[in-house]
Amino acid sequence: MSKEIALEMRHITKRFGKVVANHDVNMEIYKGEILSVLGENGCGKTTLMNMIAGIYYPDEGQILVNGEEVVISSPKDAFRYKIGMVHQHFKLVDVFTASENIVLGDSGEKKYNIKAVNERVLGITKKYGFNIDPSKKIYEMSVSEKQTVEIVKVLYKNADILILDEPTAVLTPQETKKLFSVLRNMRADGKSIIIITHKLHEVLEISDRVAVLRKGEHIATIDTKDANESLLTEMMVGAKVELNIHRSEPKDPKVLLKCEHLTSINDEGIKVLDDISFEAKSGEILGIAGIAGSGQRELLEAIAGLQPLNEGAIEYNNPKNNEVVNLRDKNPLQIRNLGVRLSFVPEDRLGMGLVGNMDITDNMMLRSYRKGKSIFLDREKPRNLAEQIIESLQVNTPGVNTPLRRLSGGNVQKVLVGREISSAPKVLMVAYPVRGLDINSSYTIYNLLNSQKENGVSIIFVGEDLDVLLELCDRIVVINSGRVTGIVDGRTITKEEVGLLMTKSRDEEVENA
Amino acid sequence: MTIVNYLLSAFSIGIIFLLGATGETITEKVGHLNLGIPGIMSVGAAGGCLMLRALYPVRESCPGFIIVILGLLACFFAAGLLGAFYSFLTVTLHANQNVTGLALTTFGVGITKFIMSRLTKIGAHEYLYALPMFRAPFSNQTNSLKYCGVMTYIALFIAVATSYVLYRTKVGLNLRAVGESAGTADAVGINVSGYKYVATIIGSGIAGFGGLYYIMDYAGSQEAYLSIEAFGWLSIALVIFSLWKPVVCILGSFVFGLLYILNAYASTIFNVKLPMELSPALKTLPYIVTIVVLIITSTKKKRENQPPAGLGITYFREER
Repeated sequence: MSKEIALEMRHITKRFGKVVANHDVNMEIYKGEILSVLGENGCGKTTLMNMIAGIYYPDEGQILVNGEEVVISSPKDAFRYKIGMVHQHFKLVDVFTASENIVLGDSGEKKYNIKAVNERVLGITKKYGFNIDPSKKIYEMSVSEKQTVEIVKVLYKNADILILDEPTAVLTPQETKKLFSVLRNMRADGKSIIIITHKLHEVLEISDRVAVLRKGEHIATIDTKDANESLLTEMMVGAKVELNIHRSEPKDPKVLLKCEHLTSINDEGIKVLDDISFEAKSGEILGIAGIAGSGQRELLEAIAGLQPLNEGAIEYNNPKNNEVVNLRDKNPLQIRNLGVRLSFVPEDRLGMGLVGNMDITDNMMLRSYRKGKSIFLDREKPRNLAEQIIESLQVNTPGVNTPLRRLSGGNVQKVLVGREISSAPKVLMVAYPVRGLDINSSYTIYNLLNSQKENGVSIIFVGEDLDVLLELCDRIVVINSGRVTGIVDGRTITKEEVGLLMTKSRDEEVENA
Repeated sequence: MTIVNYLLSAFSIGIIFLLGATGETITEKVGHLNLGIPGIMSVGAAGGCLMLRALYPVRESCPGFIIVILGLLACFFAAGLLGAFYSFLTVTLHANQNVTGLALTTFGVGITKFIMSRLTKIGAHEYLYALPMFRAPFSNQTNSLKYCGVMTYIALFIAVATSYVLYRTKVGLNLRAVGESAGTADAVGINVSGYKYVATIIGSGIAGFGGLYYIMDYAGSQEAYLSIEAFGWLSIALVIFSLWKPVVCILGSFVFGLLYILNAYASTIFNVKLPMELSPALKTLPYIVTIVVLIITSTKKKRENQPPAGLGITYFREER
């Protein structure tokens, strides 16, 4: 059966400053099919889809709808071409009802009549098998109901092409099944559906074809019936890149930190950490790999005393006196006072780690001001430390008195890592320490971590680049939806194996177990 | 009869708060906390008075209602101009809303004092001739609701109409969406900046009426312009008191009026003898009541009674 092309992208390129988010992407979607767009974090899936939805505008290339070239420069344009996107973070007004959200922005000439809207909404939900109450307020809804509202909103605007950005990330398996049956109904109705995802089994279950993106480039689009998990993983992660990062053998490793059955439930009732157990040893770098938002941040914050735990224990073996203490439910200051040295480089370096409007010296003081005995600040030692860091890490700055926000991202990162290391930690946790850094700065950071490792520090390294994780880390904990799916040896594991552990579903584990 | 007088005066003075607060409510509904309201009300009054002064030579030949309309237009224009300036700074240039608003208040109050003192000097307050026109149609009848001038009806109409537009039309739905979640509104194709500009300008114009009403109806004196700033702050408090609802605002303005002039009636009505020094303290009652309302609504946490979720947050489109 020959199928009509609903939408086509030709040579799409998008840059954010120096970063190329999408490079020369060609892709098409047919009427009445479900296309999966698969790829790792930061591979440009969402950016690409945002260009179809009118959030971003491509720097190069054309978009064709029904064979005609179109310019989509705003979401309104997208609606005009019957394209609608359901974003990962719902765009809904909390105090409005479902119907009010659905009719929002509708420029139809008809008079505003909420009853008529309710009826039309009910008609759509009936047709495709949804289940929502049109006059329920958003803030009273569950995540799955909110998602339904988002999808109905797009259908209400007569969209023929629906883009769903990781729709199952927030759903339970039952809710996912329900969503998939709705999507099949829409496909039968002739709609084109694009699903952004990194869950392989869902790709295989729901889609007709799979487009794989890697580092902003379109690798290939294949029919789902020809695909299997290992083939897709290979396409997703690509061939191994040699980085030549120095990795020494751990010397005399001793267990410093023992996490047992860590479980944490967030405000929405989702388990962000689910029965996580692992050990961190002195003199080794323990990598943490996982799709973004799998619980990395929560895990580090739990150890640092910032995230409350519902269950589990964090045992810390103080190397000074060999006492074992439980860090759980202690606040960061208490953890420090216990003699536990945890240094934490948060993901969002300016948000949680540093104050942009303060200079380097003042930022050094944020960690040390409690040490002072007098009521006045001692700026001498922090300034020395600042100068030391600038010299040893080659921070490019006019001086210690320059506000941090004027420095480039890489230099800010160096200041933050430098400060954390200067407090001579026993356990050093870093999250995405090289994000946004150039190659040289990245290697400076790797060397810093390695030298700490040789000093017997236990390093927990949350990374996103698998190549780096595989070359830098001694052991890697792979987490997936808040659960540990594997603790592997960084020296012997392959990229594909880690990729599979990162993406495999909960159901399969149960089956395999 | 003092009680009737008290209630009527409270109602009348409440109209100032009602106009100011309705204007501020519209602005806050698109997510902009405009602390420039005291300045904007002052400038609105000054703009209106300037126009009335200019019409002084034709006061005999021109029908009264035309003079009132022209005065109102000038008032709306002057206040709206300040509102447009505020929008330009906060919407287009992403300036901090609080700082911009406070600066506008300082500027607006200052320039009003300058203009009004000149007006008084030049022509012996030759704008006050229009008092009877503003107090029409029933003109100066005391002790009954007929006491109310034309702007009272305009104020009530605006409050009701605002409520209707906000809660019963698509425009209102879009407008509230902009203030609740600008990103959401943007994603469905609503012109966020456009709504912010128009709402702020219209809101400012309405607030400006409050200033003009005070001079040309309630006070009717040449020194009246000096007190407008205080009414501006009270109007902002009234927005909070009425939980961002224009209809509640009508009731709220009456309550604020009752509290605001309580010191003048305390001794005659309630037989309370307050020391002279303490009686100005009674003027803080509206603020105290507002704080109480804030405490109650904050503890109840009912989502409908909270300020717009996007209030005070500058919207950047490219932010990811």
